Order: sequence, then C-alpha cells, then structure tokens
Amino acid sequence: MAKITMTVNGRQVSGVCEDRTLLVHFIRENLGLTGTHVGCDTSQCGACVVHMDGQSVKSCSILAAQAAGSSVITIEGLAQNGELHPVQAAFKAHHGLQCGFCTPGMVMTAVDMIQRHGSALDEATVRAELEGNICRCTGYHNIVKAILAAAHEMGGARQAAE
Amino acid sequence: MYQTNYHRAASIQEAVQMMGAATEGKYLSGGMTLIPTMRLRLAAPSDLVDLRRIAELKGIAVDGRSVRIGAATTHEEVATSSALRAICPSICGLAGHIGDPAVRHMGTIGGSIANNDPAADYPAAMLALDAVIVTDRREIKAAAFFTGLFETALEEGEIITAVRFDAPAKAAYQKFPNPASRYAMAGVFVARRDNGDVRVGVTGAGSSGVFRHPGLEAALSANWSPDAVANVTVDASDLLTDLHASAAYRANLVRVMTKRAVAAA
Ligand SMILES: Cc1cc2nc3c(=O)[nH]c(=O)nc-3n(C[C@H](O)[C@H](O)[C@H](O)COP(=O)(O)OP(=O)(O)OC[C@H]3O[C@@H](n4cnc5c(N)ncnc54)[C@H](O)[C@@H]3O)c2cc1C
Ligand code: FES
Ligand code: FES
Repeated sequence: MAKITMTVNGRQVSGVCEDRTLLVHFIRENLGLTGTHVGCDTSQCGACVVHMDGQSVKSCSILAAQAAGSSVITIEGLAQNGELHPVQAAFKAHHGLQCGFCTPGMVMTAVDMIQRHGSALDEATVRAELEGNICRCTGYHNIVKAILAAAHEMGGARQAAE
Repeated sequence: MYQTNYHRAASIQEAVQMMGAATEGKYLSGGMTLIPTMRLRLAAPSDLVDLRRIAELKGIAVDGRSVRIGAATTHEEVATSSALRAICPSICGLAGHIGDPAVRHMGTIGGSIANNDPAADYPAAMLALDAVIVTDRREIKAAAFFTGLFETALEEGEIITAVRFDAPAKAAYQKFPNPASRYAMAGVFVARRDNGDVRVGVTGAGSSGVFRHPGLEAALSANWSPDAVANVTVDASDLLTDLHASAAYRANLVRVMTKRAVAAA
C-alpha cells in the first residue's frame, strides 16, 4: 500500500491504495467519482477515458501509481458553475446517447479531439478517432453529429472571444 | 492482477539499479501492452520500474537526414512531429494509425519494439529503415534485434534508450488492419534509398514475426513501381494462419500492401 497524491478536477487529492490499483478504480473507489466507467477488459471500449496532463488516456490501463503527481480531469470536472460543457450540451441536444454507459468516455474523447483539431475537425477524423470508443446503442451517427456541432460551436465561441 | 511493486525511475542509471534489486522485474513504459497483459494475469512481474518520466529517454532529434527518437517518445509525439514529417512522413503516418488516440498518448516506440508483437507496426519500419536500436549498453542493428515472436536480442535488465536511422529518399507504410483489434493482418513498410536500394519490412504475417522480403526488394530495386510487384511470389508456407486469415490470404495481402505502399511513397 502506498499513499498517492494527484490533482483531480483541479483539486489536490490523496488516497491509499495498492501498487497494482488501476487509475479507474482509484477514481471510482477512493475518490467516489463514479462517472468514469469500466466496460471491457481488453482496453478497447473507452468507457474509462479521462484526461491526464491534458491528454485522453484509458484509465483502466494505467496504474494509479503511474498517475501520481499528474493532473487528471474526469467527466465530473467538465461542467462549470452548474452549466454543461459545450460537448455535454451537444450530446444532449443531438441525442448522442441512449443508455449512457459509453457517454462519459465518449465525451472525454470528444473534448480531447476538439482540443487537438479545433473547428477544423471533420467527420472522417471524428470517425477515425472514435476507434477506441465503443457504443452498443446509438450506431454512432448522433455521437458524430454532436461532436461536430460542439467543435463548430467551440471554434465559433473562440473566434468571438478573440 | 497479481500484486506488484511500483518504482518510478528518474534516470536510466536509477532504472537499472531498481531492476537489479528486483526478483522478477519488468520495465514499464506506456504500459499499453504490459498493464492489459498483467490485468489478464498473463504476466506477474514482482516489480515494475517506470521509465515514462526519464527525460533522457524522451524526444525526437533531427539533424539533416539523421533521426534519433528516444525510447519513451509516444506514438502521438512521433505522429505529430513536424521535424520528422518534413523528412520522413511515413513514420509519422505509421505512428498515427497505431490503436486509438488514448493508446497513442501513452504507448511508446521503445515499448513497442521491446515487446516485438508479431502484429506490431514499428518493427516493420525498423527493418525497412535499417534502424539501429540503442540501449544502455550497446547498439544493435534492427536486423539482429528482432529474433522471433515477442523475442528480441535484449539481455536481462537492458534498456532501449533510442532508435536511430537515416531518412530514406522515399518510404511508406500500409497496413490491412484486423477489423476488431486494428492490429495489422499484414503491414508492409517500403523504403528506397538515393542509390536505388530498397528494403521491405513485413509485419502481421510472418509465423516467426517481422521479416524482410528479398523477392519484393529485388523487384522494387530493379523497377520502383507498383507494377513491379505483380509477378513476385510471396511464399505462404512461412506465414501465419489463424482465426482471422489463412496463410494464402496473408500472402496476397503482403503483395497488395506492398503495391499500395509503393504507390503512396
Ligand atoms: C487498444 C490497443 C490497440 C493497439 N493497437 C496497436 C496497433 O494497431 N499497432 C501496434 O503496433 N500496437 C498497438 N497497440 C500496442 C501499443 O502500440 C503499445 O504502446 C506498445 O506495444 C507497447 O508500448 P508501451 O510503451 O505501452 O510499452 P509497455 O506496455 O510499457 O511495455 C511493453 C514491453 O516492453 C518492455 N519495455 C518497455 N520499454 C522498454 C525499454 N525502453 N527498454 C526495454 N524494455 C522496455 C516492457 O518491460 C514490456 O515487456 C495497441 C494497444 C492497445 C491497448
Ligand atoms: S474499460 Fe478501459 S477501455 Fe474498456
Ligand atoms: S449509449 Fe449505450 S453504450 Fe453508448
């Protein structure tokens, strides 16, 4: 057992866990943040995606110990002052979810994608970059629509602010 | 997952010391192969020595046409390096098609090469680019480094620190991904030097791992065009047969991927 400290959603947190503890279990069980899901045991479904030091990662395939000292953002960290993040709002507006199990990972992957590509993001890129996220319900069309709409809106908002 | 002890090394020297003190230790780089393997209880290292924060192992250096990529450089960093893209875009393209974005943010070139999965992408590039694998104790030519399925020339406790190669005049990589795993069912890296010399590295298909194909190399050295491949025979007897594809199917894929790679180069 070791004491691990990291920043999660902007707050410094510590917890005691085994060296073999996965980051996703640390987030869910030590921190009680259950928005991050586990959907597979093959690192393929992406339900567990969080951001570590600004990049999307699969928290089921990282030890909590590896993340010690890092800054982690989970789905709970996106909404600000009770207002949904533009990507969350776009998923809602475009019916980008049905059962919602894959949604936290989809949203975290989408935010990362938009950070890297900005409003230049196109449909082919969205589909290619959803490679590591599996949805059993929606058939992806509305997820892709939601991501493109959010990219457009966030790009537009950035331009308006400049 | 079985119990393990985690250690974070700050330097290559410290990593070697930590490994020396472990009973059955393993280096941990991006963990995109090792952690899933441990989770399935297919590996049970007593100790993990994390290399990811060692500054000496990171970064891409381009000097003229010579390239050095640190072992702990992620697939994403290779895919998006503008210095590398300017002289060897094929390696950026290869890295950008490994797994998915989250895997590319963690997985590293050193881990991929050390693991030598028979369907991994980088080993084909290392053979075709005539790369040198640099370790904490020596330099190993790629041709002598990949020795079999998941087997390499690395000794106990040896750390890959970097790979080095000279950018070729032309090169490209094409893979036919397994529709579920996205690992190569056949992947071909072609590289042509200014003097007309051609190397062809093939992954995903060989029953003893990555290999060069002398027949394809001879044909392309004589005539650098996709048509040159048409009459080359790829012997299926050395190729893999599994649930996903027969050896004969893979033999055909190797030719098709070679054609596409030459056309794309
Ligand atoms: C969903 C998914 C899809 C993937 N798809 C692909 C794909 O399409 N193509 C592909 O090629 N790969 C694919 N991979 C594998 C990925 O590329 C891994 O990143 C890579 O195989 C291992 O790199 P790593 O840094 O994660 O190594 P780790 O998992 O940390 O280590 C792998 C092995 O290498 C050893 N090692 C690591 N670094 C060193 C070093 N510097 N010196 C000596 N030994 C070392 C470790 O001890 C371990 O045995 C995929 C992985 C996942 C999870
Ligand atoms: S739970 Fe992490 S990829 Fe499926
Ligand atoms: S909404 Fe049900 S798995 Fe995606």
